[in-house]
Amino acid sequence: MRARGRRAPVPLPLLLPALIGLAFLVLPLIALLVRTPWSSLPEQLASTEVWQALRLSLVCATAATAVSLVIGVPLAWLLARVDFPGRGLVRALVTLPLVLPPVVGGVALLMALGRNGVVGQWLDSWFGITLPFTTAGVVVAEAFVAMPFLVISVEGTLRAADPRYEEAATTLGASRFTAFRRVTLPLIAPGIAAGAVLAWARALGEFGATITFAGNFPGRTQTMPLAVYLALQSDPAAAIALSLVLLAVSVAVLAGLRDRWMTAT
Amino acid sequence: MTRSPRRTRRMLQVAGAGAAALLALSACSSSDSGSDTGSDSAKAGSSDSSASSSSKLSGAVTVFAAASLKESFTTLGKEFEKEHPGTKVTFNFGGSDSLAAGITGGAPADVFAAASPKTMKIVTDAGDASGTPATFVRNQLEIATLPGNPDRISSLKDLTRSGLKVVLCDKEVPCGAAVQKALDASSLKLTPVSYEQDVKSALTKVELKEADAAVVYKTDVKAAGDKVEGVEFPESADAVNDYPIALLKDAPNAGAAKAFIELVSSAEGQKVLTEAGFLKP
Amino acid sequence: MTDTEKTAPEAAPAPEAEAAAVPAPEAEGLDARLVVDRGDFRLDVALTAGPGDVVALLGPNGAGKTTALRALAGLTPLTSGHLLLDGTELDDMPPESRPVGVVFQDYLLFPHLTALDNVAFGPRCQGATKAQARAQAAVWLERMGLADHVGARPRRLSGGQAQRVALARALATGPRLLLLDEPLAALDARTRLEVRAGLRRHLAAFEAVAVLVTHDPLDAMVLADRLVVIEEGHVVQEGTPGDVARHPRTDYIAHLVGLNLYQGQAEGHTVRLDTGPVITTTEELSGPVFVAFPPGAVTLYREKPTGSSARNLWRGEVAGLETHGDQIRVDVTGELRLAADLTTLAAAELGLHPGAPIWATVKAAQTHAYPA
Repeated sequence: MRARGRRAPVPLPLLLPALIGLAFLVLPLIALLVRTPWSSLPEQLASTEVWQALRLSLVCATAATAVSLVIGVPLAWLLARVDFPGRGLVRALVTLPLVLPPVVGGVALLMALGRNGVVGQWLDSWFGITLPFTTAGVVVAEAFVAMPFLVISVEGTLRAADPRYEEAATTLGASRFTAFRRVTLPLIAPGIAAGAVLAWARALGEFGATITFAGNFPGRTQTMPLAVYLALQSDPAAAIALSLVLLAVSVAVLAGLRDRWMTAT
Repeated sequence: MTRSPRRTRRMLQVAGAGAAALLALSACSSSDSGSDTGSDSAKAGSSDSSASSSSKLSGAVTVFAAASLKESFTTLGKEFEKEHPGTKVTFNFGGSDSLAAGITGGAPADVFAAASPKTMKIVTDAGDASGTPATFVRNQLEIATLPGNPDRISSLKDLTRSGLKVVLCDKEVPCGAAVQKALDASSLKLTPVSYEQDVKSALTKVELKEADAAVVYKTDVKAAGDKVEGVEFPESADAVNDYPIALLKDAPNAGAAKAFIELVSSAEGQKVLTEAGFLKP
Repeated sequence: MTDTEKTAPEAAPAPEAEAAAVPAPEAEGLDARLVVDRGDFRLDVALTAGPGDVVALLGPNGAGKTTALRALAGLTPLTSGHLLLDGTELDDMPPESRPVGVVFQDYLLFPHLTALDNVAFGPRCQGATKAQARAQAAVWLERMGLADHVGARPRRLSGGQAQRVALARALATGPRLLLLDEPLAALDARTRLEVRAGLRRHLAAFEAVAVLVTHDPLDAMVLADRLVVIEEGHVVQEGTPGDVARHPRTDYIAHLVGLNLYQGQAEGHTVRLDTGPVITTTEELSGPVFVAFPPGAVTLYREKPTGSSARNLWRGEVAGLETHGDQIRVDVTGELRLAADLTTLAAAELGLHPGAPIWATVKAAQTHAYPA
């Protein structure tokens, strides 16, 4: 959607705060670029740990997004389309991970899914599955934090979408599930894509819940944000270099996805 | 403009105290005697907020101190205020690195108590300390095991047993560096399940029984009460951490600050600190 | 195309549908009492219709027409009452299991599917393979004159084309009850005429029950065999379009359904009605047409007017008089059965009473003719 032809002047009361907003968001990134030790950058990036962490970050964020899609989209549908008692409360609960400090979220996950957790102890004794300190644990922590973004985004799209399309489908003999799969899902695909991108970005930058629930072990649970944080303790230059890599990769991916998906409609 | 970073940090600190209280509270569910730490953190949080409201009073002392000093310094701050009516001690507890960064960045503080000479060196190198820092306590490593020590861990070497989930501090933070020193000294190779970002996180993993053992400071084991069991090990002697304290050059209240440093080094101060598990220097 | 089917709105049910009846004749068709309670609003409507019947639910906005339609489709649950279709109870059947097709007001064509796949959607859901469903859909679209638009997305279709795709989609499931919600409301005035004529042919050819909802009396009278007028959730009158127009039972109906409607063959400016009389119109048409004029356009005389320029002059007698507000609707029989609206004063001056002989005129400019 490109503006064509004559453009109306942008009103100053909108333009000014908009530019301040833009500067506010972009300035820290520019500062990061300015302070990057460019000369030692190649050396900083030569370490295999950096690429290991980056690869793990991308894999885990993508897996967390996939998990969020599989269980988050149906949840969003339930919240948007089914009128059940306590729906407002459930919606508030779903958004809880957004307000919960991620570290507390990580502790809560440990209490739920840890080796000694409410559910985790059964996972351990019945299936021999323990999630903390594993790559799967990273995915769980990231999905926990990222999924609300997807659910909220998809629910919003669903609410905006006309539910009568589903009704039309049922009058044509489609079960509710078929109507969802063949009509609703394609209709809200742009919203799902937007939600997935949000969730992916959030998962990629996740730190608190991940380090609390999955710990920090290079190659297994040490994602980029963890590597950045720990590098910051002793070697800020290395931390900046790592952040730069994470930024560059996420900007590249998001820009690519935006062109392909988010402008589809 | 110099006030705003300070205010931010204070907010972070209050938030941190809240999170710590939450951690302690949640830990209560698995053990019944965790209320000590819980109320301590809550106290620290509330005393701090009241202090900030009256920080304009003359006789205010601002102390930047390592997080591990929280319990004992809060106690000492109360004693100081009692001994010198009209004074008010405000603490900013946090990771020594970030505190040092704050001081070199111009945060108005009177006293800096660091968890390692390395972090104190950042401040002295920047010329922000007045005089030579003095070591006022030392902290020694200890193995924290599950209550009752079910895995019968008695030495650093026991931690290398296969099947045992051990968490260590990351090598980038002081306690992790100390552990590495101890391991190197005894030529042991230990692969943990996780390198935690700080000592409290490492301890939490054991408190929640996610890990079987962690190597942390003696003071942390003590503060955790009976949620963990401490096991001393001889190699820890090779990795004792010195805690230096210094008066800062730009101290707004140098007189009261000196008095506070004296209290910390006095017999009375040392009693409080050793009760918390610190060693005398 | 079913161009040969030119059944008038008031025509009897298609005989072949009755011949095909195997169960008891009274079980055929629709027999419903729809009660829907929604707090401050209560719908209570009884509806019956035989196979081939086209019933129009007519009423103002908020009267409950759409609720009734949704209840028939199973999209709104019944609070009480019953719903029998061809002897089968549908009350508790979910919408996807009901042999009911719906044409929604704004069609609700699936925007991500082509016209073909929109029509194939129903057969697919009924278990047909993709190829079978598409073949069936192609036949339906061809029947609707849309063979050239099978691959088009709904966004690329004109209003009239979209309406026909929606009709094809509803019919492709082989429904025993076809529901149409304001089928012409989304169209502009010009396409409306054209689509109305097409829709009338398809409805006339449809062998099961059709129920349409509209607030437009002309649509109702052209398309339906029977009108059911609903106000505030209740049926206030029902009958053939002519009956309702001539004997409106409420002021609302008198105001709304004030229309004299006839069918005939046009030739130039004259239309010869199937019943004999001739009406002169302003439109120049040929072939089968509808002619309509409002009751207010009729002027009545006790004596044959001499100086009148009106070419449409018929002799008759007063069959009935009904007062609606300050208006009186006069039912006139004779050469041409019609309804006329007079002020009470004019009626008094004329001294009208049932059985009184009368002359009626209508100016050509006040008639409307359009292709049937």
